[in-house]
Amino acid sequence: MDITINLTDGVAIYRQIVNQVKYLVASGLLLPGEELPPIRTLALQLKVTPNTIVKAYGELESSGVIQKRQGSGTFVSEGRPPQVALRERRRVIEQRIDALLAEAHQLNFTADEILRMVRERKTEMDGAAAESAELKKEANS
Amino acid sequence: MENTVVDVNDLSRSFGGKSALDGVSFRATAGQVYGLVGSNGAGKTTLLKHLLGLWRATTGSVRIFGLDPVRDPVGVLSRVGYLSEERDLPEWMRVDELMRYTQAYHPTWDESYARELLETFALDPAKKIKDLSKGMRAQAGLIAAVAHRPELLILDEPSSGLDAVVRRDILDAVVRAVADDGRTVIFSSHLLDEVERMSDHVTMIQNGRVTLSGLLDDVRRTYQRSRVHFVDHMDRPPVLETALAMEGGGRAWSVVHSGSLEQFHHSVAARGGEVVESRDATLEEIFLARAGRSRQQVEAA
Repeated sequence: MDITINLTDGVAIYRQIVNQVKYLVASGLLLPGEELPPIRTLALQLKVTPNTIVKAYGELESSGVIQKRQGSGTFVSEGRPPQVALRERRRVIEQRIDALLAEAHQLNFTADEILRMVRERKTEMDGAAAESAELKKEANS
Repeated sequence: MENTVVDVNDLSRSFGGKSALDGVSFRATAGQVYGLVGSNGAGKTTLLKHLLGLWRATTGSVRIFGLDPVRDPVGVLSRVGYLSEERDLPEWMRVDELMRYTQAYHPTWDESYARELLETFALDPAKKIKDLSKGMRAQAGLIAAVAHRPELLILDEPSSGLDAVVRRDILDAVVRAVADDGRTVIFSSHLLDEVERMSDHVTMIQNGRVTLSGLLDDVRRTYQRSRVHFVDHMDRPPVLETALAMEGGGRAWSVVHSGSLEQFHHSVAARGGEVVESRDATLEEIFLARAGRSRQQVEAA
């Protein structure tokens, strides 16, 4: 399971795991019914105390994202309500927006200027992505 | 109390008239990992040695599995695994002799686990302890400490001076102890990021006293690190009521503080500033802030 732990984020480790699993499920990188690694395995992989994994899995279970099956492991729940994903996704982005707005204020940019810059950057990125896709096609032909 | 493994109550100990531990209380319950942090000479090793019955308390009490380790060393130590900071091992013994020797004192010795670890570490069982490198000594000591699957594992600075591979071996052993058998681990460390990853609870010792103790997540939530911008340039850090430490210069400062975020926002605004960003402090930030604080107090005295 592709999860990374960041100690300077200020976010408790178990919460980082919860958020990332929710993201993986919401984006389809983890599919309904797919098995999650056992507690010991994930603890060894991330080099964290197993109780942190227990806490994370506990929260994911009580919010219906995953399910423990008697003696056979932990699995992504089938048919989760999509609203949970939306709320979580909004929260992540809102945190970023708050930080961006604060910085912008310090550097004397208005919200409108920021919005304009966001669109400009998006256009640039899309252009760069299209260019590299072209280059790849040329390289492969 | 549910499954209390370690119960230290108001422990005090002096050496030659100098106080080493002052009213230390500490409790450990089964299946949890306890990280012990503090500066050199703060009292971590002294506390751990009391748990092993190597020192007797001047005042207060120490109970391991409900037993007094000084009065009943066999009863306690047969159920404890210990890796000392100096990797105190009999120099003249071979690795396999160390295993046999340790096994004799620990009826729960798991030979297949010991062999698995010897193989994983690629330790030559015929080598003498005195001929082992620093890392291999730690590995040999680790096997002796964990192969009998002790109910309580005590590691004093287990990662100190070791390369990343051996450090990972040690962390793996800790994870397995807790995950597989619900056993208890107490470890002291200077590597705060390691403590932050591996601990359920953290206890900070300064000058022989416990200055902080609790669930790691709770401790981190108690302290915030905020970035603050001021209207005016400041030569010296402004006085903010709940701040423990401030870093920076001019208009931009980084503050580690406790108490409510709202209160902090008010005190910053009152000094003509604005909070740009706040998050829970990392263990390292808390440690540095508190260590710095006590240093200031010493200077003022």
